[in-house]
Amino acid sequence: MRAWHFSENAYPYLPPADTYSSIRVTLPNKVYDPAKGADLYHRYIDEWLIAEEAGLDIMLNEHHQTATCVDPAAPLMLAILARASTKARLLILGNPISNRRQPVRIAEEMAMVDVISKGRLEAGFVRGVPYEILPANSNPVRMNERHWEALDLIVKAWTTQDGPFSWEGNFFHHRSVNIWPRPWQQPHPPIWVSTTSPSGAFAVGERGYVQATFLTGFEGTRQVFDGYRRGWQKAGRKGPVPIDRLAYAALVYTAPTQKEAYAGAEKLLWYVTANKVPPHIANPPGYVPVAANLAMMRGAEHPLSGFKKNASVEAAIESGLMFAGTPDQVAAQFKKVYDYVGGFGHLLIMGQAGFLEHADTVLGIKTFAREVYPRLQEAYPDSTPSYTPKAADGTGKFAGAYSGP
Amino acid sequence: MKTSVIKLAGVDVEVFEAGSGNPLLWLHGANGFAPAHPFVKPFAERRRLVVPSHPGFGKSDLPLWIDRPDDIAVMYLELLDRLGIAKTEIVGCSLGGWIAAEMASMAPERFAKIVLVAPAGVKVGPGDKLDIPDIWALPQEEVNKLVFHDPAKMAVDPAKLSDEQLTIMLRNRETTALLTWEPWMHNPKLKHRLHRVKAPTLFVRGVSDGMMSAAYVDAYAKLVPGARTATIAAAGHAPQLEQPAAFAATVLPFLDG
Repeated sequence: MRAWHFSENAYPYLPPADTYSSIRVTLPNKVYDPAKGADLYHRYIDEWLIAEEAGLDIMLNEHHQTATCVDPAAPLMLAILARASTKARLLILGNPISNRRQPVRIAEEMAMVDVISKGRLEAGFVRGVPYEILPANSNPVRMNERHWEALDLIVKAWTTQDGPFSWEGNFFHHRSVNIWPRPWQQPHPPIWVSTTSPSGAFAVGERGYVQATFLTGFEGTRQVFDGYRRGWQKAGRKGPVPIDRLAYAALVYTAPTQKEAYAGAEKLLWYVTANKVPPHIANPPGYVPVAANLAMMRGAEHPLSGFKKNASVEAAIESGLMFAGTPDQVAAQFKKVYDYVGGFGHLLIMGQAGFLEHADTVLGIKTFAREVYPRLQEAYPDSTPSYTPKAADGTGKFAGAYSGP
Repeated sequence: MKTSVIKLAGVDVEVFEAGSGNPLLWLHGANGFAPAHPFVKPFAERRRLVVPSHPGFGKSDLPLWIDRPDDIAVMYLELLDRLGIAKTEIVGCSLGGWIAAEMASMAPERFAKIVLVAPAGVKVGPGDKLDIPDIWALPQEEVNKLVFHDPAKMAVDPAKLSDEQLTIMLRNRETTALLTWEPWMHNPKLKHRLHRVKAPTLFVRGVSDGMMSAAYVDAYAKLVPGARTATIAAAGHAPQLEQPAAFAATVLPFLDG
């Protein structure tokens, strides 16, 4: 079991939400004060290093044209952390390879960070949320096809050591690829892919990369992990999926008392509630399959949209989106989700959001690292097999009968 | 009246045909084609009307190699060969107008008359301003106002469509995005090819069209030797749907003349 401190580097000092239509893509950057922004960058970097000191690993991500995540070039931040940190694994989750047009450049950036950090890189790749489409001017149709071709090209660039190779695919064309440096880790850094759909997870499972899912709660996470397990087996692998192939990102806040913990957790909800985006930006044509769009036009709702309308710490815990409370409470909430979804070996901790100030962020990191993390590491060694839960009782608790793969 | 499937370049393409007489190839816009469209009757009474559903529209297939309108233009030159049509009239609406313009620049000798209805396809304005509004960056109500003279009457209510109709509508949207995304709604090469067009050409624009401005259509028409322009009152981006009688009364005399 590994736990990762994840921060989106948000810029929370915004005008009232009713004065703008979208926090992403169209919010004018005149509301961004570079002086405040600089202080935030330094603070967030400090918090990652405090997390490292406390024994956690480090995770970062990338978004564009948004106040929710002012890290539009995650490899730059990753490079800073590669030099400033000394022992934490460094997870970038990830490189938006359906939107970036030069996979070979990404292979170079990642290899460079892997060497600078002396082999601490965990290289994640994401398709990118729909709001990334306009900033990237990226075609929302055929993103999956671009994603997998780009990733195959990156792996080939990392693992080819005998001089140039060529690539003539559907989306990318090169006459001479021969990256310098090559990665520190051999044959290449661990690869992560995030997806929140079972069909996407199936494709990741077939390839055996680490699968991460974000805020999908009890049901959604179980479906995603089941998709992964099916893909894993379809590829002909013997034995169960070890939990170190599966990751879940949740809002996490731990403090000595429930009162302190809920106060911090309340502020973390900003991550979900501040994400104001109109439908035409949130769902460009082709981003989801036609059948999913049909279901939405017939009234289907994204689970997080429903949650946002009545967001509360209690509801977030109840949905499996959040672990918050005293160390005992957090450990118990974790176990409940873990059992329900069939186990996972990486907890991606959304440990800072919005107006959660530095001192409170550090308290959350340190309390978790000291009081909760050792219990999880002991209970769930990396080699633990994950399993497909067979049945659940009406309360959402796992009934206990597993069908092992 | 019949709908058949014709394999072009290995792709199954749905082709609707009605009427008899001189051939008229009709290329639909981003909203796709339905046999119930009101222009079918007046034109099929006077012509052999041939309406393919573009790859990725209606029930036509969409292979991975197709991603730009000129891919479809080449397929439709093959369609003319397959149907034994040496020379044809052509009407292209919006996205279909773009495909028609590509075809006319590729094979000018195949066309007797050309009608381009609010066609996409060229970039004529300054580089820091879109010629054609970005429909994917606007709420649907705003798009409806740009597209229709009378959105209250013309805009589609998804609740009244069957699952099959909605599925086709959503797929049409997706294919439109695929074909027009970048460069947005134009082929930078096309305007350097349009001087090859030989047939008499009529540009048609609804006066309330918020998608293709009068300045855009006029500049486009100047790229085609001898082209004329006409406007349709009380119509937006799809005058053939919003004012079918006035549209036929403008276009048929041009084709007959």
